[in-house]
Amino acid sequence: MSVARAERLVNLVLCLLSTRQYLTAERVRGIVPGYADAPTDEAFFRMFERDKTELRELGIPLEVGRNSAFDAIDGYRIARRDYELGEIDLEPDEAAAVALAVRLWDSPELTGAAQGALLKLRAAGVDVDHGAPSVVEPKVRTTERTFTPLLAAVQAGQAVTFEYRRPGMPTDQLRSRTLEPWGVVSWRGRWYVVGHDRDRDAPRCFRLSRIVGDVSTVGKPGVVTRPDNVDLLQFVAHSGGAEPSPASTARLWLARGRAAGLRRRATVLGERTVDGVAGEEVEIELYHPDTAAGWIAGYGPDVVVLEPDVLRKAVADRLLSLTSKGNLR
Amino acid sequence: MSAAQERLPRLLALVPYLIARPGIPIAEAAADFGVTPKQLRRDLELLWMCGLPGYGPGDLIDLSFDGDTVTVTFDAGMNRPLRLTGAEATALLVALRALADTPGMVDSDAVRRAVAKIESAAGQAQPATVAVGLGVREGERTAKVREIVQSALLDGRAATITYYTASKDEITERTIDPMRLLLVDGRSYLEAWCRRAEGMRMFRLDRIDEITVLEEAAAPPPYARPTDVSDGLFRRSPDQLVATLVLEPDAAWVSEYYPVDDLEELDSGRLRVRMRYADEPWMVRLLLGLGGEVTVEQPADLAESVRTRAEQALARASHLAAT
Repeated sequence: MSVARAERLVNLVLCLLSTRQYLTAERVRGIVPGYADAPTDEAFFRMFERDKTELRELGIPLEVGRNSAFDAIDGYRIARRDYELGEIDLEPDEAAAVALAVRLWDSPELTGAAQGALLKLRAAGVDVDHGAPSVVEPKVRTTERTFTPLLAAVQAGQAVTFEYRRPGMPTDQLRSRTLEPWGVVSWRGRWYVVGHDRDRDAPRCFRLSRIVGDVSTVGKPGVVTRPDNVDLLQFVAHSGGAEPSPASTARLWLARGRAAGLRRRATVLGERTVDGVAGEEVEIELYHPDTAAGWIAGYGPDVVVLEPDVLRKAVADRLLSLTSKGNLR
Repeated sequence: MSAAQERLPRLLALVPYLIARPGIPIAEAAADFGVTPKQLRRDLELLWMCGLPGYGPGDLIDLSFDGDTVTVTFDAGMNRPLRLTGAEATALLVALRALADTPGMVDSDAVRRAVAKIESAAGQAQPATVAVGLGVREGERTAKVREIVQSALLDGRAATITYYTASKDEITERTIDPMRLLLVDGRSYLEAWCRRAEGMRMFRLDRIDEITVLEEAAAPPPYARPTDVSDGLFRRSPDQLVATLVLEPDAAWVSEYYPVDDLEELDSGRLRVRMRYADEPWMVRLLLGLGGEVTVEQPADLAESVRTRAEQALARASHLAAT
């Protein structure tokens, strides 16, 4: 941006903020320094259009209207109450939280926006320390290719269509989905889009990494309306499935000095020798019975399940499938 | 945004910023705006030329310079910053809410107060289009470990830990110089200089079985640098081993959870992947646990190890059943 343009834009903002009257383009041309340089009417209007767009993109609320019924054309002004950030005063611990929040993002879209917010808070008199070493450094990345187009569609209120691969399904069995998107959600480091699935006529969430190819918009912007009572995060968090199951207790035999991963969670009940190998009998709380069998089977002959029977069988089944099939093909 | 596009927001924020801080050193203001003092002086010179219609001496923004400090003496009506845009409010509030729901990252109460104040100042709250849940599940044990780690970091103390290394399935005692807490993909890590390994290490908090803060100060060597985790925690290295695996549909998650490349779709939803790994015993454990959901194509000795271990395990279990 040239010095002349930057100066003209600041003057334009100050001028429109200071007026209660709507000023027509012609009036602005006569008042604000810089526009007089425009050699022709056409050059001026082009310049003025470009400047208005620039101000709107920054979020400056340009009001368009007429001072009286006798005015032939629209004028412009900026209402101070819509322009100005409200009063805000943050305590040091609140400001520290803001400093950390700004650093949460590792994303071209969101880092810039958060920095912009920080700039304005500082301008409002809030002191946010940027030099203090942070003892935590969480980052939310938006590396998903489809993040930007989906966020744009959400913000525009526009439906989208994309090809979706269900978990474990090959790419030649893609399903085409049409979604009225309500928002994008990061849950445990993974991105999802939530919305109304037109094909199923129900709310659904889709994982961004399973979208194959491009996301295209369908229909006009502004048609998507999001229900008031939707909590996007809750929706994704609970789509994951079952509530955590209650812990169950298992009794295992562990070869001496082996299976450290199980041992650190277990209580030793006593010594026991199995198959001529010294070891201990232990008790362990299992919080995820569905994955416990895999965890235990991983230790091979270093672990034997004593009870419960269902776990003993689940582990044996896994191991058996590795022998009977024969892994070398 | 390019440097030029960032200039107008900065120019509009600068006057109210300076009003709130009369006599601020220019270098300090420049640091807050992320520009050089030279650039900030240029901005001030430009603002000095701007003002209200009339543009006479009493209409222009007026600044007084005293040494390296600056004070606004006339603001031409620009005394408050522009309100936050929807995107700005979203980016900040979503991040704050994510932190509020994450144990131990910051004082949750302070975060909630900040959210309330920013919402009320930003006005016209719109439903957020982006939501973030870091989804940290932290057991009671890990919470205790985290509290101790935080105090060690704040006091700058070294510590000894009993740590479970999953890749080697072993528990070791180490003396470490803690450097920072990190949260990556929903898991908390302590990054520290490990005196035993003589290198930087990431310790997952839920694998620290015991921790004792020492009297001595943490003293990582001056060349110790935090690891760049912007591409995740897995790192390629030339001495890693590579296996070719065929995943049945139920084991497709493996391709998303572990570092794999060369994904190839086979019939009936199966995937062929090349997966990197550092330790063979770890890989054998993973494969045994996956049972028949994964077939090892390469290397042959890995497939053989898995089969042998499975046979031995079954033999031992049946031996026990027989006695």
